[in-house]
Amino acid sequence: MKLVIGIVRPDKANDVLEALYRAEVRGFSLSRVQGHGGELERVETYRGTRVKMGLEEKVRFEIAVSEEFVQPAIDALVEGGRTGEVGDGKIFVVPLERAVRIRTGETDHGAVTPVGQ
Amino acid sequence: MTTGIWTLAAAGEVNAGDTAWMLAATALVLLMTPALGLFYAGLVRSKNTLNTFMMCIAALAVATVMWALVGYSLAFDGDNAIIGGLGHAFLHGVTFEPRDGTTIPHLLFFAFQATFCIVTTALVSGAVVERMRFAPFLVFAALWSVLVYAVLAHWAFGGGWLQAQGTLDFAGGVPVEMGSGFSALAAALVVGARKDYGRQALLPHNAVYVLLGAGLLWFGWFGFNGGSGFSTGHPSVLAFTNTLLTPACTLAVWFVLDLIRGRQVTAIGAATAIIVGCVGITPAGGFVSPQWAMILGAVAALPSYAIIVWRPRTRVDETLDVLAAHGIAGLTGIVFIGFFAQQSWNGVSDGLLYGDAGQLGSQLMAAAVTPVYAFAMTFALLKVIGAITPLRGTPHEEAVGMDIVHHGEEAYVTGEGAMLIIPEAGVEEDLPVADPV
Repeated sequence: MKLVIGIVRPDKANDVLEALYRAEVRGFSLSRVQGHGGELERVETYRGTRVKMGLEEKVRFEIAVSEEFVQPAIDALVEGGRTGEVGDGKIFVVPLERAVRIRTGETDHGAVTPVGQ
Repeated sequence: MTTGIWTLAAAGEVNAGDTAWMLAATALVLLMTPALGLFYAGLVRSKNTLNTFMMCIAALAVATVMWALVGYSLAFDGDNAIIGGLGHAFLHGVTFEPRDGTTIPHLLFFAFQATFCIVTTALVSGAVVERMRFAPFLVFAALWSVLVYAVLAHWAFGGGWLQAQGTLDFAGGVPVEMGSGFSALAAALVVGARKDYGRQALLPHNAVYVLLGAGLLWFGWFGFNGGSGFSTGHPSVLAFTNTLLTPACTLAVWFVLDLIRGRQVTAIGAATAIIVGCVGITPAGGFVSPQWAMILGAVAALPSYAIIVWRPRTRVDETLDVLAAHGIAGLTGIVFIGFFAQQSWNGVSDGLLYGDAGQLGSQLMAAAVTPVYAFAMTFALLKVIGAITPLRGTPHEEAVGMDIVHHGEEAYVTGEGAMLIIPEAGVEEDLPVADPV
């Protein structure tokens, strides 16, 4: 089991969702985050105040998957999230110690496998 | 507008009461433009909030300047059939003397008419939001306010051929509503659909703005219709009250249509209904009885509702449905006059139902020609501007959002991670300004 964390552009979130759906990866969480990944800073002006915006809006996917879904999940994030410009985001894969489905008490593989599969 | 029809007893002199009301009415109509900005801003995605609002604010600048320079003169100088003269260009001869056929100062008449030109120009932006570049939009708005609005205003209000052949248009069914609605269709076709149109759900980001914007528009519309009699006389009072009755009926009917279609009454539908009702009564305000105005409200809901349901299924990304809400509802109002105008209420003319079939003919002429002119001129104008400079940015810019790309600001900025740029402190000034990442 792995936790795949994908941080992508907000405007690519829908493309990632489509790609995940096509890859039959059905369980994930999504949150709005702000971050900085080495892209050029943007300058904005509010009346006389000029500011350098150091943080960019991103969307963070967290996808807990069994081993055979790790690569499909990564592929979906890359396929859906890529524009080719600096600022497309990152994917992190970390080992997952335990998973529990609250409704049934199923653990681990059973917990990260969608109902009906 | 009905210059010359209701010549009051005191015509030739400025009347204090009329002038007082028209000063207030002008301010009411001016409020409609930022109100429209709020309405439109709520309907787009959050990353395009400021750009959408700014297109309306832009009209306050460029349409006003163009109106003062040439637009007003081309609309209201002389009674040539097609276009006015340049006698009033740059406000020449526009003074405290009463405007012909009214009892208000010419200068005030100019200002009142200017607010109409502004809000109409802003209306067209609804077709191109979320993708048109700001600079070409400024050029488009400036030229459109003269080539389309001023010409149609001359035809309908300024003694042009439509007015001469008897078309009744109280407050702007021809230049404002049909003019903007059918221009919007042309603009949407030339500029093209947003890159994600039809592929992703592009949803309104703040329905509260939409409702508040619609409410403020309705408020301003009392000046728009109530002021279009240029007096405190019967036509103004009739139009004012009809501006209350018609949208209320449209709203009620819209609720029913929503219930039939989806079993729920929607907020954005309600805001749209307010606009449709106000538009429907715009041409007819001073010409139909309050009872017929209520019927008009109910009738006007139907075609506009149908188009709003149908349009998103097409490939035409006429984004904020200016055609349905303004073009079609305005057309409905113009034709309605031809059937139900009542001389006992308006002192001018009867419609078909009250014995004058000719009035219907005059109304149908306006309903046939106005859309063709507005569509064709807007189409050509945008093609010409588009040949000189790109009308829209790259797909990447569209993805980032118009606010950051064109204005270097965000509507909902958090301030987290924002660092002050103070040149003295040694932070270099020559950073790439608004370079989207």
